[in-house]
Amino acid sequence: MALTTTTTPEELSYAEAAVRALAQEMQADPRVVVLGEDVGRGGIFGQYKGLQQRFGESRVIDTPISEAAIMGAGVGMALAGLRPVVEMRVVDFALCGMDELVNQAAKNRFMFGGQGRVPLVARMPGGIWDASAAQHSQSLEAWFAHMPGLVVVCPATPQDNHGLLRAALQCGDPVVYIEHKTLWGLRGEVDDSLEVPLGRARRVREGDALTLVSWSRQLQACTAACDALAAEGIAVDLIDLRTLWPWDRETVLASCARTRRLLVVHEAVQVAGFGAEIAASAAEATGCRVARLGAPRIPVGYAPVLEAQSRVGAEAVAAAARKLLD
Amino acid sequence: MDTSSSSPDGAALYRTMVRIRAFENAAEAASQGGVSAYGQEAAGSARVRGPLHLSTGQEAVPAGVCAHLRTSDYLTSTHRGHGHTLAKGADLGRMMCELFGKATGFNGGKGGSMHIADFSVGMLGANGVVAAGLPIAVGAAHAQKLLGKGDGITVCFFGDGAINRGPFLEALNWARVYQLPVLFVCEDNRWSATTASGPMTAGDGASVRAQAMDIAATQVDGNDVFAVHAAAAALVAAVRGGGGPRLLHALTYRVKGHVSVDVAAYRDAAELAAALETDPIARARAHLLAHGMAGSALDAIENAARDEVATALAMADAAPWPEAGAAFTDVQTTGAGQWH
Ligand SMILES: Cc1ncc(C[n+]2csc(CCOP(=O)(O)OP(=O)(O)O)c2C)c(N)n1
Repeated sequence: MALTTTTTPEELSYAEAAVRALAQEMQADPRVVVLGEDVGRGGIFGQYKGLQQRFGESRVIDTPISEAAIMGAGVGMALAGLRPVVEMRVVDFALCGMDELVNQAAKNRFMFGGQGRVPLVARMPGGIWDASAAQHSQSLEAWFAHMPGLVVVCPATPQDNHGLLRAALQCGDPVVYIEHKTLWGLRGEVDDSLEVPLGRARRVREGDALTLVSWSRQLQACTAACDALAAEGIAVDLIDLRTLWPWDRETVLASCARTRRLLVVHEAVQVAGFGAEIAASAAEATGCRVARLGAPRIPVGYAPVLEAQSRVGAEAVAAAARKLLD
Repeated sequence: MDTSSSSPDGAALYRTMVRIRAFENAAEAASQGGVSAYGQEAAGSARVRGPLHLSTGQEAVPAGVCAHLRTSDYLTSTHRGHGHTLAKGADLGRMMCELFGKATGFNGGKGGSMHIADFSVGMLGANGVVAAGLPIAVGAAHAQKLLGKGDGITVCFFGDGAINRGPFLEALNWARVYQLPVLFVCEDNRWSATTASGPMTAGDGASVRAQAMDIAATQVDGNDVFAVHAAAAALVAAVRGGGGPRLLHALTYRVKGHVSVDVAAYRDAAELAAALETDPIARARAHLLAHGMAGSALDAIENAARDEVATALAMADAAPWPEAGAAFTDVQTTGAGQWH
């Protein structure tokens, strides 16, 4: 795989798109370093493939299994002038570095009166990972969106994973970057020259009947639901949020004002999820009808029949949309 | 500051300790009516309103260690960080302003005592979370190594209670694995909040744990500033020379309660009385007098510190509060202005 910038769009996987984004940033900025478990071998999903060979062991740093130290060292490195990318393997393990992220990285700049900046990107793959049960399948993005100081990014496509990762590395704030555990092989065109700014949503489908907002892998269920609804003559305005904080209020609220109906769909548990924030904001700002759809408040089970209880599929999305149109 | 030789400048060490003591005595007085215990609200009269963790009796450790540091070296600290910050060279007046919560404080009033910091002298902050400074220190040291910052080092202060949290283990292992230029300094003051540390700690503490990870460690009488200075000289030289991490285990004592107006009624009076016999400032004074320094010179150092603190108090009293709008600045750039 070519690691250099090209002008012609190329088909890449979601993982390859991330590798390319990192390679470009590392090439452009010697302060960018990667640290985490197994990153030298390319990361457990291939999302760092070839980077250690290209940039050396001191810039792509294999670490001990020490999530607190990986995150905490990332904070120290950032304060001392580097731009670390810290790898947490899966969002579930980021909890072992939670103090370092929430109390240290997110608070540093404010608490010390602007003396320090923590430009780090914490990558923590999220979402249901088939047959991986309760500790490897969580969607915790709302926790981080709740936290002043953090940026939260949830890319859904290879193009976005390229553009948003670059934007995250350039933004200078601590970024929680949540790739989906099952999107790594997803292929799509990646245009290097395309910038994907943080905080800007993407319109996936256009329509006037209803606004549907989602992110990450749930976009796939939502797209399928839109196709089913289109066949019934229902045209949906489907918006991929891409960034949860800051989220694109302008795009979402403008759509809600037009359609008067909003459905937010996410893979995370519905209770106290980020869908509640969007629904409440839309209701406050536009008075539109709102509904949310997420997983029940249960840990993700192992057996297929149990795991399926946590999944929000296209049919459920379409059903929720129809109900909102009643 | 003495940055090269291991022969101590006694007057300078004495001055550092005396300034820390004078600063904290004044801060303690100004904290009357402030937050001292769980559930207690700060009275309007309190000028230092928030929790104030005093390092009274522990001054020899930062004085002896930081005498070997340069401005470009980094330092991370604990919740008990006034001594570390002063010894690293921060301005005493701006520190007092921060304790008062004023706009002219180092953190613009956003941090207070528990987050005292002066990044301009490499002091990367006191911390409200026990042991949190250790991984940050190894990160700073790792950056120094990667950025080729000559023989710059990072020093990391932590308490004896911190060694029972996971980040202690993770940070020491990390520092040794990558052979980082970091000096860990355990200020073993025998207490963790209202609990004696000894019965809560398996084994013989920080130095033994470090040795188990192949990090050379030295134990020192932390109330003898000259002993601390000598021990730190050797360790800092080793770390600066590329020898990898070292640990200094300084045995000292927490003279005051955990927070400023905690009277520490849970503590045995005889233990405190014995500890007061070994007060580091009195010991240093006796030592300096015995080695030919004039009492008048030492008095002059003390008077200068008192004057400096009086000026700082007046400055902090007169300083303005932060603008309310400052609550919304320096949170983050991305998405700034979208808080509501
Ligand atoms: C993770 C965490 N747990 C508990 C506390 C509450 N706390 C603050 S200071 C302290 C005692 C710390 O003891 P030690 O590390 O020995 O430092 P010392 O106070 O003696 O200087 C405790 C328990 C905290 N701030 N952070």
